[in-house]
Amino acid sequence: MPESNSEALVRFENVQKSYDGEVLVVKDLNLNIAKGEFLTMLGPSGSGKTTCLMMLAGFEPATHGEIYLDNVPINRVPPHKRGIGMVFQSYALFPHMTIGENLAFPLEVRKMSKSDRDAKVKKALDMVQLGAFADRRPAQLSGGQQQRVAVARSLVFDPDVVLMDEPLGALDKNLREQMQYEIKHIHDRLGVTVLYVTHDQSEALTMSNRVAVFDDGVIQQLAPPDVLYEQPENAFVADFIGDNNCLGGVVTEESENSCAVQTADGSNIRANKINIAGKGQKSTLSIRPERVIVNPEDGKVPNVFQAKALELIYLGDHIRTRMEVCGNDQFYVKIPNSSHHADLNKGDVVNIGWNEYDCRALDAQ
Amino acid sequence: MASHTEALKTADGISLKLSLQRSLRRKKRNALLLVAPLFLFILVTFLFPIFDMLLRGVENSITEEILPTTVVVLADWDPALGKLPEEEVFKAFTVDGQIAAKAKIISRLGKRLNYEKSGFSSLFRKTGRKLRKFDPEKLTSTYKENLIKIDKKWGQVETWALLHRESGSYTKSYYLAALDLTQNAEGNIEWKEADSRIYIDLFIRTLWLSCLITFLTILLGYPIAYLLATLKSKTSNLLMILVLLPFWTSLLVRTSAWIALLQKEGVINDTLVAIGIISDDSRLSMIHNSTGTLIAMTHILLPFMILPLFSVMKTIDPSYVRAARSMGATGFTAFRRVYFPNTIAGIGAGGILVFILSIGFYITPALVGGVDGTMISNFIAYHISTSLNWGLAAALGAILLALVLALYILYDKLVGVDNMKLG
Repeated sequence: MPESNSEALVRFENVQKSYDGEVLVVKDLNLNIAKGEFLTMLGPSGSGKTTCLMMLAGFEPATHGEIYLDNVPINRVPPHKRGIGMVFQSYALFPHMTIGENLAFPLEVRKMSKSDRDAKVKKALDMVQLGAFADRRPAQLSGGQQQRVAVARSLVFDPDVVLMDEPLGALDKNLREQMQYEIKHIHDRLGVTVLYVTHDQSEALTMSNRVAVFDDGVIQQLAPPDVLYEQPENAFVADFIGDNNCLGGVVTEESENSCAVQTADGSNIRANKINIAGKGQKSTLSIRPERVIVNPEDGKVPNVFQAKALELIYLGDHIRTRMEVCGNDQFYVKIPNSSHHADLNKGDVVNIGWNEYDCRALDAQ
Repeated sequence: MASHTEALKTADGISLKLSLQRSLRRKKRNALLLVAPLFLFILVTFLFPIFDMLLRGVENSITEEILPTTVVVLADWDPALGKLPEEEVFKAFTVDGQIAAKAKIISRLGKRLNYEKSGFSSLFRKTGRKLRKFDPEKLTSTYKENLIKIDKKWGQVETWALLHRESGSYTKSYYLAALDLTQNAEGNIEWKEADSRIYIDLFIRTLWLSCLITFLTILLGYPIAYLLATLKSKTSNLLMILVLLPFWTSLLVRTSAWIALLQKEGVINDTLVAIGIISDDSRLSMIHNSTGTLIAMTHILLPFMILPLFSVMKTIDPSYVRAARSMGATGFTAFRRVYFPNTIAGIGAGGILVFILSIGFYITPALVGGVDGTMISNFIAYHISTSLNWGLAAALGAILLALVLALYILYDKLVGVDNMKLG
């Protein structure tokens, strides 16, 4: 993705935000969003992601720093002059207007002629397969339909950027997944720039070109979904994205690409050196459950330990097994439900192991 | 699909509808029992007296009671012919009148007829006094001559015409009086003389003041309600207590406070004189007139506007306005097109509440209204407690009730009562 400033459509520069003058909700945010990009801000609630969205939309002033839209500073531009579409979690469809009137509203305030308006509204409604619903009231539509109307309304006036604030939060799981694809397809088709806020990681991974993981007012990592999952840069991201096993320990040995970490119970683990403070310092090891091998062949992996199966949960395509290893009894292993998978029972003791590359040594938590 | 569907039945063959009804019957009976005490209480202490009171607006049995035989013989007489009734009417009146005079009830009828025409009260008192001592044995002339000798009014056709008109069990005269109308000797309905017309003006003034008060409470209450609905709950709770604070003090105290503030030598005038805005001899008269009523009632009724507005505004998602602004609407357009239409339910509820309360308001206009700031309710109270003309009071009250109902129906047609939200 383009990172140079001139190509960025939206640019946050050293943006800080505080509501009460005591706590910074957003701490020194620098972020470039390229034209046509689908960027997701992902993080737990209270991490500052929605505040960033509100600052870009113009509903909250930045305490410090500048936001640029198309290289124009917009801190002093009122919301209605920014030309940014927005989808809210509550949809914010106007209850006293029909669907058609809702969609025509942004065109009306732009003083577009009636015939142009009707054509655009029809096109936008057709885009979300709700062409027949123009005369209904929002309350007569299901949640999923209201959601689609909200998306159509945010796009009907051809904004450069569309902001989506947890737009699928109120839908049930099946509908949410369906809508994820729908929004993704609309984005692909229109090429509009989308800034999406969610706390649902699967949503972020499914839809985005890039994901910015927020915590404590800071972007912890900004990367495409696959990189984020496979190469987390710190313990927070590793733990927040996907299933993860954490083992804490102290670095005993450090080379260019690898290191050794000793856990509290004395096990020595070879790990991929990513983000450690140095020899003698604490570190968190991150190993994905699916990268753990049960009964590895001798000499194939550098890390082999004895583990005791504490709990087996049958999940259809795999069996999620909780094990005790290296002094940690919250260690999960994903055993695929293949025709020749390891047949474990509760209480069994087996050898498990993993590659040095799959075990990432990160900052202490 | 089959053209007819068979009625569904439960396992033991009873119709499903019947079975459902049976199972709900118990629930309904319980609900009825729960409201029964209050319903009975209201029926006995509220609905029945109101109905009785309204009946007084048309009820007129007094003439029949006091002059039972006169009423019967007078019925055949036609006042339009312009001739006095026959001798038998005078005789019947003398007999009835003597009985009533001895029972000391004849002056009641005089008082009743005095509402229609002044002078009747004294006429009946005088006649009663004479009839009590009257002995038919010693009668030398006709009954007619005798009565005319007692008072020459008995020789006038109008006197008998009035008695004839008011001899039925029901009368429309109270309602006519309440609308500044009267019946002339020929029985035609016409306007009262211009200087004795008061009630139409009073109704118009009451409606006008109520409209003005409603409008002022909307104007003053809307921004407060908006502030309350948008502030953080901690601050808004505190402010809400301030809005509700007046309810903790008596209405009388609040009204009296306005007297202290608004009178000629009051706080506001003193302050204005002290800072030199007005001179000492041109102090504003803000009380004992309609201005006083307007100011005091607007203040007193403001919470009734703020509360429904607040509860409606509280339910308006703040993202509506944000959405409108993000779509290119200025702050004002977003308010006008999106926020305001969603508050109409609250304006309607608060408006109808304040309007109905103010149309029947009594204490405040009585204390600060003076002459041109009194409302219809003050006159109803006057006729109930001072002039004791309950029939007129009932007629005025019934007209007021009809007005409120008419406005309510109008409101329902325009805005829809279903849209009204009280929280």
